[in-house]
Parts: sequence; C-alpha cells; structure tokens
Amino acid sequence: MKHSMFGKKLKMRLGGGIVIAVILMAIFAPLLAPHDPYDQDLMSRLIPPFWNAQGDWTYPLGTDNFGRDMLSRLIYGSRLSITVGVAAALLACTMGTILGMWAGYSGGYAETAIMRLADAQLAFPDILLAILIVAAVGGSALNLILVLGLSGWTVYARVMYNMTRSIRERPFVEAAVSHGARSAYIIRQHIFPQLIPVLTVVATLQVAQMILQETALSFLGLGLPPPTATWGNMLAEGRDRMWAAPWISNLSGVAIIILVWGINMLGNGLREHLDPNQRGRQ
Amino acid sequence: MALLNISGLTTVFETATGPVGAVDGASFTLEAGEVLGLVGESGSGKSVSAFSILRLINPPGKIIGGRVEFGGRDLLSLAPREMRAVRGKDISMIFQEPLSSLNPVQTIGAQVMEPLLIHTSIGKRKARDRALAMLYRVGIPDAESRFDVYPHQLSGGLRQRVMIALALVCEPKILIADEPTTALDVTIQAQILALLKDLQSELGMAILLITHDLGVIAEVADRVAVMYAGQIVESAPVQAIFDDTAHPYAAALINSIPDRTRQARRLIAVKGNIPDPRHLPPGCRFAPRCGFAQPSCVTTVQKLTAVDPTHATACMRVQAGELPRPIPTLTPELPHG
Repeated sequence: MKHSMFGKKLKMRLGGGIVIAVILMAIFAPLLAPHDPYDQDLMSRLIPPFWNAQGDWTYPLGTDNFGRDMLSRLIYGSRLSITVGVAAALLACTMGTILGMWAGYSGGYAETAIMRLADAQLAFPDILLAILIVAAVGGSALNLILVLGLSGWTVYARVMYNMTRSIRERPFVEAAVSHGARSAYIIRQHIFPQLIPVLTVVATLQVAQMILQETALSFLGLGLPPPTATWGNMLAEGRDRMWAAPWISNLSGVAIIILVWGINMLGNGLREHLDPNQRGRQ
Repeated sequence: MALLNISGLTTVFETATGPVGAVDGASFTLEAGEVLGLVGESGSGKSVSAFSILRLINPPGKIIGGRVEFGGRDLLSLAPREMRAVRGKDISMIFQEPLSSLNPVQTIGAQVMEPLLIHTSIGKRKARDRALAMLYRVGIPDAESRFDVYPHQLSGGLRQRVMIALALVCEPKILIADEPTTALDVTIQAQILALLKDLQSELGMAILLITHDLGVIAEVADRVAVMYAGQIVESAPVQAIFDDTAHPYAAALINSIPDRTRQARRLIAVKGNIPDPRHLPPGCRFAPRCGFAQPSCVTTVQKLTAVDPTHATACMRVQAGELPRPIPTLTPELPHG
C-alpha cells in the first residue's frame, strides 16, 4: 500500500481548518473587510499588492480596474462560493439519495425510470446543461443553486442505488421484514444509517465540484451579474489586464484553489477515516 | 382445527426457461404447542416452504397456489398491511446465520426492541424493559450490560440467543426456525435446542423446525414431515418415523446416519442426486433413486395418503401393502470391497 504524503489526521485538520476559516470569513465578511467591496475610487485604480514596490498598505492586496479593494472583494466573494457550493451539494445530495434509495429498494419500474434518467443525464456534460439553463433563466444565487443541484444528483443516485441494493439483499433486512417492518421503517432504520459515511464523503467532495462549477459559470458571465463580488467574476474581470495587473486574476484564482484544495483534503481525510480497510493506519 | 393448516402450497421461481417449481403442492398442519420437524436434503424446498408461510418470497420467486390458514384466515390472500401485522407478532422466524441476520450497526438491545415498537404502542421505556427481560429469559448472562453491545461483540451462541429473543419478544403463537443450529458447534447446538424446547413449553407456542439433521429432529420434534423435491413424502409422529418408516426416501435418510454399531466402514449414502426441478419424473420423484421402485412408480402420480390415523406416506407400494414397515435396509454395494 502506497503511503500518501499526509496522514489522514493531518488531512482532516488542514482541510477542516481551511474550510472553517473560509466559512468564518464568509459569515463575518462585514467585520473583516477593510473597505466596502463596491466602493469605486478611480483615483486609486490598479494599485498592486503590498509586496510590490508600488504597493500600498491601505489596499493590502491591491485594487482592481475600478479602484475597488481586492481583499474586501475576495472576502465578500467567499460568501457566494460557500453558499452556492454547500446549498447545491445539499440539494443534489437530498434528491440523489432519495431517488437512489427508492430505485435500489423497490426495483421494478421505479428503478428503470430513475436509473435510466440518471444515465441519460450522465451522458450530457454537466457544465453544458448548466450553461443552457442559466442562459435561459438568468443568473441569480437561487438559480445557480437549483441548476447545480439538479445537475449533480446523479452521483448520489448511483452510489446510493448500488449500496441500497447490496444492503437490501443482506439477511438482516429480510429478518426485519419477517418481524413485520414496513419498507419505510427498514429504509430509515436499517439502510440509511449505513449510507451516512459514504454520503458524508461524497457530499464533501462534491461541495468542491460545485464551487468550481459556480466559478466557471461566473467566469463565463453566467453567474451573478457584475458588480457582485464573486471569485469567478473577479477572475473574468482580471483577464483583460493579465499583463498590466496580474494580481486581479491571480489572487481570485488562488482563493479558489485554496478553498477547493482544502475541501478535497477534508473529503479525502474523511474517506480514509471512515473506510474500515484503512482503520488503524495513521 | 390445527393452528396452522397448509394445503397445496406451490411456490415457483421464474427463470429464463420458464417457471421452476421449488415447492409443489405441499400440505401439512401445525398443532398448537407442538414441534413439527420439516426435514429434507438441500434443495428439497423446506426453507422455501417456510418462507412461503410468511410470504417472504422475493421475485423471481412466486407463490402460485395453495392455502396457508391461520386463525381462520388464509395468509396468502391477506393485504400486505395485514400480513405485516402477522409477521413477528403471531408468527416469527429465526434464521440459520445469526451474525448476518442481525444488523451490524445496531445494538442488540435496539434490535430486540424493534418488533415491540413495530407491533405495540408501548413506549420505548417499557419496550426496553420487556426486551431486557426477554434477553435474560433466553439465557444471556448479564443482559443488562450487554444491552448496548453490537452483534460482532458476541459469540455465535449468544447471537443465536439474541435472534431467539428478537423473534419471541412479542410472544408469537408460532416460531419458524430455519436451520437454527446449523451454523453453531455441537455443544452450542444442544444448548440452543434445549432452550427452544424450554421456551416452547413456557410460552406454549408451536415450532416449525426446519433442518436436514435427523439427530436434531429426534431430540426436539413431536412430529416430522419429510420433504423431497418440493413434495411432502411422509409425515408421522417422531417415533414412528424411526420405528415404522413408511417411505423409501425417509428410510434412506435414516440409514445414512452414521451408526457406531453398524459394521460397514463406509457411510450409506442415498444414491444419486436430488432430481433437476426442470426435468422431474412424471410419477414418484424419488423413483429413479429408489431401491424398491417398479416401472409403474415412475409413471404414476402418487399422493400423500394416510396409512394410519397419524401417519401418511406418498409411496403407493407402501399404501398397497406391498412393502413392509419399517422399510428394510438395503445392503449397500461397497464398490471397493
């Protein structure tokens, strides 16, 4: 067995730390941000970050093309990423889990209908579907959550479907039937609790996916319209001035990378922690 | 009126090449307070019969005929909701493999409480008390401190005791025990059988005991039904099965028990294999393996018929008085001397 660079505890601490830090940053954005993220000041456009010779500690991470403070915009930008990522993953998780368990437990027509629908959707690139829908209904936080949630349910449906099917065949489920339990009771008491560890891992990793998709949509101009501070928007705004003011794109890119990396780290740590085959390893 | 009256029970499994019969017109009764042993070799349909009584047959299996009368109702025609009310409350079941029949991620206490919470409206506290009392009653030492342990923390014997507590916590009238001791070692087997016998007289329930082990039957059963290829071929009080055997298949089964007084060095196995359920002989299904078969046996359909008030056989030669009872032992040919 190949040992990874980090142990699972370090992964969970590091990943969890990053995630908690970003969540706190999003919640307390008004207290943390040194400036109003929408306050334009054309006199102080494109000031580079503090480590540059022309940098200025008034704007620690510089300003953008409209003289808005980068640090404040990055802090406020985390709000949309976290909200959309978590809410969309929760929506996808709830939908996919219910449908997957239903298909796996009842079989028959429900199974055929749900799983073929999932197959059809999997054959279609998620981002393309999201672009189509957002282009049609317009970008708002709620629309983004709905679109990403509805396009992400297939992962859960497949995983939950397979797990439910295999648990359903186990003798203790048959024993529960022989004690007079209803299907709903069996699903609630005997099947769902066994799915929770896998669900946690898949959902955590998917939050990262959702954040990336949200940023991608924002970058393409399909997210929340400017001047809203989102990391994807900032990335796109900086694109025109990549040579003159590289920090605009770079900083928002780095913010995305750190958050997504942290979530993935947390997800992988959880996976190793919850996988019985890995128990007892450090 | 028997407590449970099964007549003409027929269960098939749908396959690509058409339905295959697992149980074919099985009829037997279970009286209140008795232990009926259902014996037969693997694939004879004894477990399928038991699962059919509680309608626990999953597709592609299907019960296509017969009646299972219990308390004046035919269980096979109950609505699913009414059937659930019977399962675990009036008729419950214990299984062969206690470890896999218990939920690995639930404490045993929670699992024993489950039938009470499903079938009664007593609160969790009372359910806990009754579950605990039942755990003590099935002989789990220090059940109080074991209430919150998980199945893997118990030994095989204790797990089977938990299964029994789980099945009996609602004090059912009938317990179906599907090979309850097969997965246990011999000393534990004896303890579990003694426990079942004790609980049976204490609670006054009837037990349908499914096994392939005639030793188990001899120890605990009051009556025996012998199954072969999906049909009941002989039914009799337990003593009569051994002393007054009335079907060549039952005789062959009894003969195959190792016996230290017998001189033959080899075990006397029943020759051949159980027939392929897709290609059954038209008449007696045992005829191809039977030492007493005549050409007419293979072609004539034979019905389970009483030869005594308590004793029934499906062998037409016994019914006609052509074969003595008990069926004599055929000296086996020992191929290598």
